[in-house]
Amino acid sequence: MNAAAHMSTLYPLLPEIVLGLGAMVLLMLGAYGDARTARVIDWLAIALLIAAGVILYLLPAGKLVSFNGSFVVDNFARFLKILALAGSAAAIAMSLDYAKHERQQRFEYAVLIVLSTLGMMMLISAADLIALYLGLELMSLPLYVVAASHRDSLRSTEAGLKYFVLGALSSGMLLYGASLVYGFTGTVSFAGIAQAATHGGIGLIFGLVFLFAGFCFKVSAVPFHMWTPDVYEGAPTPVTAFFAAAPKVAGIAMFVRATVVAFPGITSQWQQIVVFVAIASMLLGSFAAIGQRNIKRLMAYSSIGHMGFALVGLAAGTTEGVQGVLLYMAIYLTMTLGVFAVILSMRRSTGMVESIDQLAGLARTNPTAAFFMAMLLFSMAGVPPLAGFFAKFYVFLAAIKAGLYILAVIGVLASVVGAYYYLAIIKIMYFDDAVEGFYPTPVELKVVLAVCGLFNVLFFLYPGPLVGAASAAARSLF
Amino acid sequence: MTSWPILSVIIFLPLAGALFIAFLNEDEAGVHNARWVALWTTLITFAISLLLLWRFDPSSADFQFLEKRPWLGGTITYSVGIDGISLPFVVLTTALLPICIVASWTAIQRRVREYMIAFLVLETLMVGTFCALDLVLFYLFFEGGLIPMFLIIGVWGGPRRVYASFKFFLYTFLGSVLMLLAIMAMYWQAGTTDIPALLHHAFPRNLQTWAWFAFLASFAVKMPMWPFHTWLPDAHVEAPTAGSVILAAILLKLGGYGFLRFSLPMFPDASQALAPLIYAMSIIAIVYTSLVALMQEDMKKLIAYSSVAHMGFVTMGIFAMTAQGVAGGIFQMISHGIVSAALFLCVGVVYDRMHTREIAAYGGLVNRMPLYAFAFMIFTLANVGLPGTSGFVGEFLTLIGTFRVNTWVATLATLGTILSAAYALWLYRKVIFGKLEKPSLFNIRDIGWREMVVLAPLVILTIVFGIYPKPVLDISAASVAQLMDNYQHALEPIKAAMAR
Repeated sequence: MNAAAHMSTLYPLLPEIVLGLGAMVLLMLGAYGDARTARVIDWLAIALLIAAGVILYLLPAGKLVSFNGSFVVDNFARFLKILALAGSAAAIAMSLDYAKHERQQRFEYAVLIVLSTLGMMMLISAADLIALYLGLELMSLPLYVVAASHRDSLRSTEAGLKYFVLGALSSGMLLYGASLVYGFTGTVSFAGIAQAATHGGIGLIFGLVFLFAGFCFKVSAVPFHMWTPDVYEGAPTPVTAFFAAAPKVAGIAMFVRATVVAFPGITSQWQQIVVFVAIASMLLGSFAAIGQRNIKRLMAYSSIGHMGFALVGLAAGTTEGVQGVLLYMAIYLTMTLGVFAVILSMRRSTGMVESIDQLAGLARTNPTAAFFMAMLLFSMAGVPPLAGFFAKFYVFLAAIKAGLYILAVIGVLASVVGAYYYLAIIKIMYFDDAVEGFYPTPVELKVVLAVCGLFNVLFFLYPGPLVGAASAAARSLF
Repeated sequence: MTSWPILSVIIFLPLAGALFIAFLNEDEAGVHNARWVALWTTLITFAISLLLLWRFDPSSADFQFLEKRPWLGGTITYSVGIDGISLPFVVLTTALLPICIVASWTAIQRRVREYMIAFLVLETLMVGTFCALDLVLFYLFFEGGLIPMFLIIGVWGGPRRVYASFKFFLYTFLGSVLMLLAIMAMYWQAGTTDIPALLHHAFPRNLQTWAWFAFLASFAVKMPMWPFHTWLPDAHVEAPTAGSVILAAILLKLGGYGFLRFSLPMFPDASQALAPLIYAMSIIAIVYTSLVALMQEDMKKLIAYSSVAHMGFVTMGIFAMTAQGVAGGIFQMISHGIVSAALFLCVGVVYDRMHTREIAAYGGLVNRMPLYAFAFMIFTLANVGLPGTSGFVGEFLTLIGTFRVNTWVATLATLGTILSAAYALWLYRKVIFGKLEKPSLFNIRDIGWREMVVLAPLVILTIVFGIYPKPVLDISAASVAQLMDNYQHALEPIKAAMAR
């Protein structure tokens, strides 16, 4: 084989290669540049993420395989990679103003996010357990660092440490599960496992459970959710915005691909686990958020609940279910980023505020932001005609088709409970008397909020393309 | 047939008006313009809906003015159309909206632009609900109405508005999500969410029962039927006048419309089997809430409870499954839409002057407000169901329709009409008659021209429909007849099996 042939097997990885090399270049720039380069690097990182997205889009259609089948670019991967790239780019954009105000302008931040995104891309494409683990670690290590990036703040360092210790534990469990699966099937490739695992033996189920423990940790699903509220609250707010968006997309991608591709033969075995995890997450996310006054903590519980809803689609284990999960993640991403754009604009002369009571009367002081925030919250509650309704619609549609009636009923009831705390925030913004307004919102936050808000409000007018893309992506897994 | 999408225009014109208002300034002139834009939008919408009345072919039971566009992919489409059952509600909605806007002209001084936007968006969603011919589209409009109504109660409502708005939202949302699951189950069973197709789909018995209960959960809350009515008094009392009008006149009708459109034709076996349950709930609603209404000290609360009682007649008539019962149910809903709207407007008139709704705070108003006393009397009598008013026709038809099927139910329901006379006349006597003793009332003004404009059409309609109800009954006759036919047809196998 000549060099050209070697190169041609690498072209499915072109976006990842660009990201990796770009991150190195940015690192050099930062190391040798002065203090002002940090801002330039932020913008370059955004450009880099967009460039990776464009390259991904330009790759030839169909299923591309590299590294002997352990790296796959199919429609499923394309869909989720675009989401992850968009989430990361938005997260960097949303951190610009924060960094300026808090004197946290460090070039490492953007570089770490790019590296983490590279890990997500690997994870989304991983088609064997080793590639999966590599991607997972590459994604997670920068996350631990950025969680603690406010190094003089007790809360931030505590959050970073907590996340690291628990993350390491979960990685260990995942690795143990992977080794058991390997031991009982004799292969690490998903396709091979699918062939070997036609009926569940106790050892294989054991491995599966440990694998799932690791997955659940990464997507912060109950019962491995405990880190989420503390890390969300402790980490600097732009970092929280990042945590809530792109890594969740990658985590769900890994969960879905590994489960659906590697274990289709023992669906009835893992279905029970996913059903339990989904129910527990939806209920906990709904009930525990009610008492929260800190909006970051509240968003942590909200995201736990949302992961539960997304997993309802996976529990169905069908094409429709995966389509539902993909749509859910796309819409979840816009809802979360939009809400965090508002949270990041909660700044007064005394600094950032995080209590939801500080939003009082936002409808008077900033009607546009309040309107979009209210629409995003209604969307999160799943009220039609907003996008969040369609997200829930498709996952429950799949669950009903798969005959998971109990799951669906508990799910919709949990969504009613969840609606209560979203309404409580809207009540504070619209019904309560105004308090002092916030500082003028920086333009990049306005853009993120407007794009996400309009997407959620107008989605019902033309849902076809996204629904179609999700459907095509889901079919590529089966 | 029409060459332009007339229904879509009616549905989305208010939304366009709302969008326009959103771009107005927030100063004095902007507020002024917002009111006028809202009024003209609703008036034009009403005019177009009259065109609908004119072009509608009442001899056909089919859906008319059909529109169909791809929407969510697959078989879920944007599909609208109306038949004789939905047309009266569409016109009722478009007719009441201008009245609501005028009624809020001076009563609302805070956040006027947002208020008008909320009402226009609400109009879009309500008309859309009545026109939707796709289950998912129906659900979208049906549930979407929660958002503007939640804000209307919560932002412009009374002292306990937060409690009332939350209760309204969560109650209704809870009922509806169960219906959503039933819609999904129906989709997988029938392979489509197209309502005309589903009307002729025979669902298996088991699914029928579950889906019937799921739809009941939604419609019983919306209607509201006893015992799911407790949100209504709170919501009515706290909502601003126009909000109460919309709530009583149109949002409650979504429940009855839902029974007619879905529960009866799609789940005939379950409807037949479970009709006694509906009878029981209706009778309790009629008698119990009438008794509760007797004890109220707040005018709006009294009317709210009387609404629950009147809706009891509707559900009773619908599930009697006779032509008179169903036609009476539809007529009663239209009549109640006019009368309850007018009663809430009447309460609004004195509330704007005195800022209290306590019955005890009034008395002897006839001395200062003769015109008001006259209008209030007409509506009170219509509420009682006096012959010659629209209230009589609906109650009479539902009672006749039920009597043929179940004598006891009809007899008990008649008790409700006596009770309704008791509470309505009692309210009227306390507020209007007696000596004008309270010093605060000595200077109260009679209704002005704006209030006259609002109440006059409702007075006329109440009397006209009372004397000559034929137009409303004619419009829906063909569709009701077809509904009955299909229903009896669907039940035949069961009857045959039972006869054997």
